[in-house]
Amino acid sequence: MTRLTTPQELEKIRKDIISKRNPDKHCITLCCGSACIASGSEEVGAGIEVEIENQGLIDEVEIRKTGCHGFCERGPIIVNHPDKTSYLHIKPEDVSEIVSQAVNGKKIIDRLLYTDPETDEKIIHESEIPFYKHQKRLVFGSNGSIDPKSINDYLAINGYSAVSKVLSGMTPEDVLDEVKKSELRGRGGGGFPAGIKWEGTRNAEEEIKYVIVNADEGDPGAYMDRALLEGNPHSVLEGLIIGAYAIGSHEGYIYVRQEYPLAVENINLAIRQAEEYGLLGKNILGSGFDFFVKVHQGAGAFVCGESTALMTALEGRVGEPRPKYVRSNIKGLWDKPSVLNNVETWANVPLIINKGADWYTQIGTESSKGTKIFSLVGKITNTGLVEVPMGMTLRDIIYKIGGGIPEGKKFKAVQTGGPSGGCIPGDQLDLPVGFDELTQAGSMMGSGGMIVMDEDTCMVDVARYFINFLTDESCGKCVPCREGLRQMNKILTNITEGKGKEGDIELLEVLSETAAEASLCALGKSAPNPFMSTLQYFRDEYEAHIKDKKCPSLYCKEMINYYIDPEKCNACMICFKKCPVNAIDGEKKKIHIIDQEKCTNCGTCFEVCPERFDAVKKLSGEPLPSPVPEEERMITR
Amino acid sequence: MEFYLGMDNDKIDQIVDRHKGEASALIQILLEIQGENHWLPRQALERISQRLHVPLSRTMHIASFYKAFSLVPKGRHEVHICMGTACHVRGAKRILETVEDLTGIKPGETDVEMKFSLETVNCLGCCALGPVINVDGKTHGMVSVSQTEGVLKNYE
Amino acid sequence: MNEILLQIDGKEITAGEGQTVLEAAQGAGISIPTLCHHEKLVPYGGCRLCIVEAGSGNSSKLVVSCVYPVERNLVVKTHSEKIDRIRKTILELFLAHAPNSAELQRMAQEYGADKNRFEKEASFCIHCGLCVRYCAEVKKLNAVGFIDRGIRKEISFIPEIASKECHDCMECFPLCPTSWLQAAFVLTEGLAFSADSLQDPSKE
Repeated sequence: MTRLTTPQELEKIRKDIISKRNPDKHCITLCCGSACIASGSEEVGAGIEVEIENQGLIDEVEIRKTGCHGFCERGPIIVNHPDKTSYLHIKPEDVSEIVSQAVNGKKIIDRLLYTDPETDEKIIHESEIPFYKHQKRLVFGSNGSIDPKSINDYLAINGYSAVSKVLSGMTPEDVLDEVKKSELRGRGGGGFPAGIKWEGTRNAEEEIKYVIVNADEGDPGAYMDRALLEGNPHSVLEGLIIGAYAIGSHEGYIYVRQEYPLAVENINLAIRQAEEYGLLGKNILGSGFDFFVKVHQGAGAFVCGESTALMTALEGRVGEPRPKYVRSNIKGLWDKPSVLNNVETWANVPLIINKGADWYTQIGTESSKGTKIFSLVGKITNTGLVEVPMGMTLRDIIYKIGGGIPEGKKFKAVQTGGPSGGCIPGDQLDLPVGFDELTQAGSMMGSGGMIVMDEDTCMVDVARYFINFLTDESCGKCVPCREGLRQMNKILTNITEGKGKEGDIELLEVLSETAAEASLCALGKSAPNPFMSTLQYFRDEYEAHIKDKKCPSLYCKEMINYYIDPEKCNACMICFKKCPVNAIDGEKKKIHIIDQEKCTNCGTCFEVCPERFDAVKKLSGEPLPSPVPEEERMITR
Repeated sequence: MEFYLGMDNDKIDQIVDRHKGEASALIQILLEIQGENHWLPRQALERISQRLHVPLSRTMHIASFYKAFSLVPKGRHEVHICMGTACHVRGAKRILETVEDLTGIKPGETDVEMKFSLETVNCLGCCALGPVINVDGKTHGMVSVSQTEGVLKNYE
Repeated sequence: MNEILLQIDGKEITAGEGQTVLEAAQGAGISIPTLCHHEKLVPYGGCRLCIVEAGSGNSSKLVVSCVYPVERNLVVKTHSEKIDRIRKTILELFLAHAPNSAELQRMAQEYGADKNRFEKEASFCIHCGLCVRYCAEVKKLNAVGFIDRGIRKEISFIPEIASKECHDCMECFPLCPTSWLQAAFVLTEGLAFSADSLQDPSKE
């Protein structure tokens, strides 16, 4: 790769790359994001490569291993170019047919197409699949067409044109103004206006300034940043370069959690490639602007996603947050002015520069501009990563894009904002997604995790789950968080084990106030949110647990009993054989009975009882019916 | 059955030198050693503290604060159960309890035969496949309580 | 050094630039409860007992006075219903660990804290950090440090250093509000000090 020394050279190389690509050559793009790899796309990819060779089609067909396409439920995914046929749930056995049909015959393989659950219609093109149709994939869309390990692929889709535009005609103030005008708000959780943060750092009187990418993504259930960093690392780099220029920083850090090895690999490779082209390093594109980037791995601490704790970790210390009295954009990393922004925030910047702030502000709502990538997970039919304009309603996201709740279950709540957020119930589904709207409803945008819960989810347990998570992840420095959450965890665990007592809710409320008002950092301050929001919307569940010793969702293990309905039991012996503690007494044609003394409530019998019998029941808060008398146990029906 | 009681000082020095002996690279250095050795022997922590001129107490705090590090030797197979919210909502707690019963160990522990080490992780990012068990880097998705034993039986 | 005028509990106070609200208050004879604060150590902000309400103009918020810097025209209140309620809860959380600590009991009386409000905890360390910080900042020996995080955080002596240094020093021992430090030292001594370091310390 030759080092590019002017913006003109960059455009020339771009033209060269594009001209060498045949748009009519058949290209099989295969999703190789981490989730699809877990579903087997590496084997599929290897199989395709072998098939292309075996069928002698090297000149006609190529494979491009891309990042995450977003429709993780149906992975591994293939999209054929140029016809844009989309095949889902690919297995290694499908590979030879896919390759041969790509060129010879061009027949569409029906069984691999998406089937509309309502109309049974087969859908051929990715963009028409309901999951994709309603999205607006401005930031995430390129994932499906580029190989993240190839900077040339990124250049071919106009990559680094924003850097070129900035360095060949815009002053740092111009860039800052554009970002401010765009009203871009941080995508990591705080939703703070990026332009204002940048301006504070730009105006700070210090020679050395830092820009930082927060790729720690600790919210469980959120993996958008991973998909972006794995699938389109250059988009993040490009945004970072532009931001550094606007602020006057020459040194950047990318803090990636070590649980994302593919993201670490791809961003490191992207940096090396950008350096080779001279898009990073000294005198970028001959502009005189120097900028260097280093990757730093996290080591397994959720608290390091908090910006001041992240900076402390960058300094090689334990991730203990610092008080926010002195803002980190003035005194941050090594006490120097530092701008820290989330991966998705940085990835929005090239868009804003290329298309302009005016275009950007047309998308979204009054106070939340642009799009947001959500990870739509949990009890939802179409699990995956979705990018929608701010202002789309929760209902549209969950039902139009997400395909609703599987197995005919009823929607109960959607949890947003991770451990700092809250649960939003069914009667608020028409809420448009936006920073302020979600906060007013008792939750928050957070990093974009959207966990859908159904009638089988116990909301008291959800609160317990999050508090428990935080007792482990808290840095432990301040009392309201460390001790407050310790006690809240105990009380909530007791409630979910049937040991709740009068006064527990009030005590939890007092501890919530202490944590919210007096904690050192946002982890502690927002820790009570899942509890407060579930109490607000699902108080009846708390009272049932405490007063009636009943779990209405039939989830809390110590509060339910498994019972075989004698009317429905067919004595098929399946549960008898599968019970890990031999707690079921039964024989062929003899109604099975669970010995409650031996039963460990593992739920295996409930799982394995054939659907047509549906004989195993969960009971809670009510006395068990007396066992069928011996003489009546033989089945005569 | 053999496991490393310590790590070559030369190897440690190489890694420290690669990071220019900077104290701010402490976490990165420990990550490299953890990656190679699968645990951090006390002797390695002492050597690193010496080379980087940081107090041993700081190195110990870091080695115990961050969950990527293990201060004890690990078993042949590392079993990670995802306890992220999406997996939790799909029943991960039951899977964890089943694995605990099958292996006899709790998260953070290694069994007596040094066969399995069990850990919980907060979100592997494979939410579409939840609940998820990851053994030695291989992801087993959509695991149900009754299938768990089958998953673990594959490993010697 | 510039002078900064602020108001604490209705009193006009003159403070020096760079001082904290706590220092300004103490200088003016206004008492704010503290636990993890020590004049020889960098302010820690861990116990949160010294929270006060601070505002300028129309807005006010709860801040931790041992680290919050003084500002011109700041209006500070060291007591309010909310502040007292939070201090009481913090003390009760401490008492769950160390109900017999004299220092905690004294403050508990002042705020009406009930030592039985929360279930008792096994460890009577309350993580004020005084021992760790004193050994690091004043003695520069780092014989005792923190390990782990969250509810599993603990103090831990480094046996090799502690066996050499502590018997001749022990300056941190009186700082511990609950005597957990002494207990941890004795435990470490019994379990981890090498045999020859267990000589009679009076022999020299």
